[in-house]
Amino acid sequence: MSIFAAQDIAMNFGGIRAVEGVSFTVEPGEVFSIIGPNGAGKTTIFNMISRIYTPSAGKLIFAGEDITTIPPHQIANRGIARTFQNIELFANATLLQNLLIGRHCHSQVGLLAQFGFLPSVRRAEIAHREKAEEVIEFLGLQRYRDQLIANLPYGVRKVVELGRALCIEPKLLLLDEPSSGLNVEETEEMGYWIEDIKQDLGVTIIMVEHDMKLVHAVSDRVMALASGRILALGTSSEVQNDPEVIRAYIGGAPV
Amino acid sequence: MEDVLRLLQLSINGAATGCIYGLIALGFVLIYKATEMVNFAQGEIMMLGGFIAYTLVGKFGMNYWLGSGLAVLITAAFGYALDALVLRRVIGQPQFAVVMLTLGLAFIFRAGAGIAWGYDSVAFNTPFTNKLVKFGGDVVLGQDNLSIIFGTVLLCGVLYLFFSRTRLGIAMQASSQNQLAAYYMGIPVRRVFSLIWAISAGVAAVAAILLVPVQMVDVNSGIVGFKAFAAAVLGGFGSIPGALVGGVLVGIVEQMAGYYLPTGFQEVTSNIVLLAVLILRPQGLFGQVIRKRV
Amino acid sequence: MIAPFKTRYDQDLDLAKGPGSKIAYAVLLLVTAAIPLVLGEFYVGELGGLFIFAIAGVGLMLLTGYTGLVSLGNAAFLGIGAYTNAILLARGVPFLISLPAAGLLTAFFGVLIGVPTLRMSGLYLAIATLAFGSIIGTVLQKWDSLTGGFDGFAVQTPTILGFKIEGAWGVYYAALIVLVLVVWVSMNILRSPLGRAMVAIRDSEISAQSMGINLAVTKSIAFGISAGITGLAGGLYAHYVRHLAPDSFDILLSIQLVTIVFIGGLGSLHGAIFGAAFMRLLPQAIAMVRDDLPFGLGQLPGLEPSLFGLILVLVIMFEPGGINGRWVKLKRYFQAFPLHRKPAARRQKSYAKSERLR
Repeated sequence: MSIFAAQDIAMNFGGIRAVEGVSFTVEPGEVFSIIGPNGAGKTTIFNMISRIYTPSAGKLIFAGEDITTIPPHQIANRGIARTFQNIELFANATLLQNLLIGRHCHSQVGLLAQFGFLPSVRRAEIAHREKAEEVIEFLGLQRYRDQLIANLPYGVRKVVELGRALCIEPKLLLLDEPSSGLNVEETEEMGYWIEDIKQDLGVTIIMVEHDMKLVHAVSDRVMALASGRILALGTSSEVQNDPEVIRAYIGGAPV
Repeated sequence: MEDVLRLLQLSINGAATGCIYGLIALGFVLIYKATEMVNFAQGEIMMLGGFIAYTLVGKFGMNYWLGSGLAVLITAAFGYALDALVLRRVIGQPQFAVVMLTLGLAFIFRAGAGIAWGYDSVAFNTPFTNKLVKFGGDVVLGQDNLSIIFGTVLLCGVLYLFFSRTRLGIAMQASSQNQLAAYYMGIPVRRVFSLIWAISAGVAAVAAILLVPVQMVDVNSGIVGFKAFAAAVLGGFGSIPGALVGGVLVGIVEQMAGYYLPTGFQEVTSNIVLLAVLILRPQGLFGQVIRKRV
Repeated sequence: MIAPFKTRYDQDLDLAKGPGSKIAYAVLLLVTAAIPLVLGEFYVGELGGLFIFAIAGVGLMLLTGYTGLVSLGNAAFLGIGAYTNAILLARGVPFLISLPAAGLLTAFFGVLIGVPTLRMSGLYLAIATLAFGSIIGTVLQKWDSLTGGFDGFAVQTPTILGFKIEGAWGVYYAALIVLVLVVWVSMNILRSPLGRAMVAIRDSEISAQSMGINLAVTKSIAFGISAGITGLAGGLYAHYVRHLAPDSFDILLSIQLVTIVFIGGLGSLHGAIFGAAFMRLLPQAIAMVRDDLPFGLGQLPGLEPSLFGLILVLVIMFEPGGINGRWVKLKRYFQAFPLHRKPAARRQKSYAKSERLR
């Protein structure tokens, strides 16, 4: 059974059809990439899945549940995490605090207990801290642990964004252009992490990406979008050799 | 007939007061649209403009039009200097910080005016003081209120042409949305900002001068700034026509409430209207809903 | 990096980090408890007032400094708290119940104003709270059957278990105890998930939502807590002034509170206390040096507000981190001595980025 399915979704902004008639499924444990030229609607689809936008039509099914209209703050406790294209970290907090905020959906403590910082709250805090430290170790962020995000270089921030999403312990991870702004080495590292996340943590990944090398290296299946519609869907080689896709990217002589 | 006349009278009075609110609100919005700073000292700048006009026309005896024009220019220059010397230093700081800064400036201006001109109310002669205009024999309106409305409409027309037909207006928009990119495009951002402040101060001075036939100038005149601010928010901060509509709305609601409701409810009515509008339309009447694209 | 060597996660969670800190806090508590035995009544009274404003400052700090919700109407919460406490006392309710009740009722009003303003941001929220504050002020004036309107309301001296709490001493200790309690609870909140959620909302609402934070609920809670704390300050304020007048809870008082939070240093609890100290001690300082100022400056009317404005302007231009910002820099200087580098403390030049697209 697929872990996620988009059924004929569409998104209209006023008169603009950003996404139209898109349907796809994602199998558990796979890395599913969405590629396409700018303005194709890739991030719009992400924003629909993470419920920042509500689809104008169609349905989104996650783990058998229709999530098309749930409020945005409820996707985290259902196990969906996302990173943002332009990094939406909490700039005035430390790296550790950012990761701990990622643990919020697992927090069970009551309001009054927090007022008094009862031992139950302390225990919960230590448990969250341990989980966050696991993520820090996984991503090698130890030396930045107590630094303010505002002071960290861009490449590190991208990794922190990934780490914060991992703290949710997601079943589905949405990565929005994970390699944008990274140099060749950092992109390679990102590729290794994506592989590790898939293999060690068993997380399903949907990824929007422009870097074809990265897409080819990690993806199980690829979907190509242009102008809000699907051009092709298949393995990376299939899609990259599809004539429609080539035409959308490079342009061709009118037939 | 009596009631209709009464209603008309109240509406004109309200519209006139509202125009003053609107002009000050306009000053707020101009600065905000360009620099994203909120100038809580706008009311005090209006007060200073009024005092300067009084000095020129009332004390030195200059011709009304000449003296007023000069007062507007002097106030505009003051606004320019304010930005160049003080506000420039705080570019890049969060909006809240700038609000507090202008609040501090408001206090300084008020105290400064008290030292320079004393704490008594002053006024000077205008061509519109105490004159009436008759319409159709029954309707009698004060020229003072009408001059406020007319002057406001004229000024707004001029400003509209300025912003929609000149390069400076576009440069101002660019500088407000992304200062760094505006620099790269060769826009002298700092000078553009200072010019905005100058225009804004000039508009405040015009408001002060228009107000003289109706109300005397004194150190506390600037308190109208808060009402004007509320009016700007009501209209939707960032919208120039919104500022005026908001101002006139607040002015008329106040007049109506002052007449039809028992005393002391005037203030509360405009506040309730304001809250109601904001709850229903959190971005104000004409404001744009701005959402971040992630 | 100067950091204490840590071996347990608990050490990061503890409020007093390390033995030095613990001793410092203990000494501070002892000193403040002993002050009334040493200083005269006037100073004790003034310090009591300082504590009350520090409590209100902490309330506003949590809302504005930590959750990023600007409120220009917190004077209304002071007023609600003050009148509730005074009215309940007049009806015979014991002090130990009337004060917390005042806090709770004010918290309720805080949630009441929080809910409709959930969709508002920044400027609009500030104006909405301003309008709300003004409306409450009018209600306090007009509902004179309850509040005594313009004639004011005389506040009774409270008793706890038969002991009268009166005079400067009474207010001092009551305020001190409430302040310590409020600061302790606030620090607990800040190291718990709720505190992190508040900071998340301040820095990025969209990603806060993606992390599972319910914006509506958290903002309402923040308003409620802030109002509740301010209400407690208001209840104590009633005893400080002993006679309540409805027009004292006006926009100017709200601005004073905002200034406290700002000059003290946004985003730190210490800042609230520094700010309150500054605001309450400034008039005294001015009064003392007034006669010694050259050019007869001291005799000018309007000296106080203009000095107040001048200091505000200078703080924002040269030390936007407020008093707390300076304090932190000072501490770092001494910690790093003699290896302190000047550039490390210099403010970075930043370009204005549109806050409309936060």
